[in-house]
Amino acid sequence: MKKRVLVLLLAFAMVFAFSACGEKKADTDDKDEVLKIGFIYIGSINDKGYTETQHNGTVALQEHFADEVECLWEENIEESTQAVQDSATRLIDNGCTVIVGTSYGFGTPLFEMANSGDYDDVTFLHFSGSDINDTNFGNYFGAMEEPRFLSGVIAGLQTTSNKLGYVAAFDNMEVNIGINAFTLGARSVNPDAQVIVTYTKSWYDPSGEKSAAEALLAQGCDVITQHADTSGPQLAAADAKKFAIGYNLDNSGLEGLEDAYLTAPVWHHDAYLISVVETIKDGTWKPESYYGTMADGYISLAPLTKNVTDEAKAKVEALEKEIKDGTLKIFVGPIKDNQGNVMVEEGETLDRAGIWEVNGVLVEGATATNSGK
Amino acid sequence: MKSPIKIIKRGDLSKKKTVMIQLIAVVLSLVFAGIVMLFFNLNPLEVFSTIVRGSIGTDIRIKQTIVRAIPLIIASLGILVAFKMKFWNIGGEGQIMMGALASSFVALNFGDLPKPLLLLLMAMAGAIAGGIWGLIPALFKAKMGTNETIFTLMMNYVAIKYVSYLQYGPWRDPEAKGFPRIPRFTDNGVLPKVAGVHIGWIFALLLVVAVFFFMNYTKKGYEIAVVGESLNTARYAGMHVPSIIITAMLISGGLCGFVGMIQASAVEKTLVYTISGNYGFTAIITAWLARLNAIATLFVCLAFAVLLQGADYIQLSMHVPSALAQVVQGVILFFVLGSDFFIRYRVRWAKDSSKTTGEGASV
Repeated sequence: MKKRVLVLLLAFAMVFAFSACGEKKADTDDKDEVLKIGFIYIGSINDKGYTETQHNGTVALQEHFADEVECLWEENIEESTQAVQDSATRLIDNGCTVIVGTSYGFGTPLFEMANSGDYDDVTFLHFSGSDINDTNFGNYFGAMEEPRFLSGVIAGLQTTSNKLGYVAAFDNMEVNIGINAFTLGARSVNPDAQVIVTYTKSWYDPSGEKSAAEALLAQGCDVITQHADTSGPQLAAADAKKFAIGYNLDNSGLEGLEDAYLTAPVWHHDAYLISVVETIKDGTWKPESYYGTMADGYISLAPLTKNVTDEAKAKVEALEKEIKDGTLKIFVGPIKDNQGNVMVEEGETLDRAGIWEVNGVLVEGATATNSGK
Repeated sequence: MKSPIKIIKRGDLSKKKTVMIQLIAVVLSLVFAGIVMLFFNLNPLEVFSTIVRGSIGTDIRIKQTIVRAIPLIIASLGILVAFKMKFWNIGGEGQIMMGALASSFVALNFGDLPKPLLLLLMAMAGAIAGGIWGLIPALFKAKMGTNETIFTLMMNYVAIKYVSYLQYGPWRDPEAKGFPRIPRFTDNGVLPKVAGVHIGWIFALLLVVAVFFFMNYTKKGYEIAVVGESLNTARYAGMHVPSIIITAMLISGGLCGFVGMIQASAVEKTLVYTISGNYGFTAIITAWLARLNAIATLFVCLAFAVLLQGADYIQLSMHVPSALAQVVQGVILFFVLGSDFFIRYRVRWAKDSSKTTGEGASV
């Protein structure tokens, strides 16, 4: 019996070895100037959401540097230490000297590798985390509260029921910052606006996101927005002949959304990637904690569609200018939370650090229908 | 009604013939996998050689492959003990999960204990929890004759859902900005490395020998095999069947639980709800391919780890979609497992059967 298995394995080995003789291409034959950059994605590169947005940045980066840079990537990587470190190791093994982890949960495993001493010559960039070291690990993110606020302004002006539906993934800091900014934006132009939040407890759940949006529409919401990765909520809004505001990437061309889609707060990852790769190439890169703004072009509001009223268009255009030149801040006191407690004191304005300290509270005017923990 | 083909059970097949059938299966599987690749405009030879280079081509890759083989080997040993008894333990995933959960509980709450003591306690907690998770369906089977396949399968989901509840709820790390993550273990709760790979590889080798010895040279191991061959024989021989079932499942679940401890301690350094990594299911295939022989399990699992690691590698280096890598794995499995059928049975056209009766094919 042992023999049989052994023979089977030997047969495997033989066939593999034979096929290996077939071609002699070495793995690391191109040792010239090409900088190899490895991207680790949590989802699929054509998910019409989060990962596709990340990958659009990668593609733009590749086009910008053409043959000076080679981008490799791995999709559908789980947020577990084994999966992430395996993936990073494969990328490094394939010649990558820059590793970009594009999901929060990739941070700790990558940070561990960066600090292990085995990968001192590899540069690690992490999207959405806060880890940083002195030599080879930096992070990047964006002030999404800016375009979120503007999308809230549009929603506040377009609603007739004064009920805005928000399909959110988790009750966590990043998501709640978005909800709060959206609510502040809506209520800055329409004090009667109420934002109703439903958490799906998943970043990617096409049917769950759609049905959450349907429930919000049934409660009378006439503008639906989202912090979740699929176009489900937008399609639900379109089916109900209401308005939709997307997220991550511009879905204006998506079939079925013609009369529903307003805009979306979107990322332009290439804006960061191109500049950071420039510094890595010329050797001037230092670990930083990048926080891209609308002024930087790292984030924006997608072009407003025909469904946005002229009034809202004009208002958003004016506010966008103020955000870009720094005269309009998003979290300016006094702000109360939805329990009536003071969240931001009168006369106080939250900066980046302050924004990222508020946890677990929604502003006045926003209520959650379920627990997102 | 007469079927056009006849399936006849074979007597004992000569070694030579068995090997021939398996060789044909392997060759066919590679040919068919190659045809699938051609549909994707890929050169099969290049794909196969990349699989090999991607899994054993460099030191790093060999280490990665071994790290994958470790949980697979130990889980397969666990599955093997139950399968030998024809107790279909499909619950390896859940037993791994509960083992990881219990050892994480120890590591998170007693992280200040000295390293050897903490690791020992974690290993014991993991094995006991996995054992208990395996014991529950065993008790029901022994006392009430419930179907263990469905029972163990369902226990997986209970375990997975419970761990994800902990990860998203009570055990969530408050430092993680609301991200659903359980805190990491202290350094004392992490298994050391030996020769560049975590010490689990030594445990795996020791356990292979131990399980081989247990199954072949001890009374309990013999009893397990007898229960698997024939319940009645076991009863006539005066064996206490329920206690044998229970012991076997304690060992089976305990080994899987120990896998959970190793993965939590050495690999993840915390508990995540994906920690079982399908090893509990894959181990069913590897244990079966190894014909429930502990020594063979070692080699089959190594070969399987090569396939898993290589499949990940071709996705990266050749931009092969992950679905194709799974198709290739599936095709190879289909043929190799399918060959088992032809080793046990022969298939003939019905009209030919009259000529060949008495040619050694007896039931």
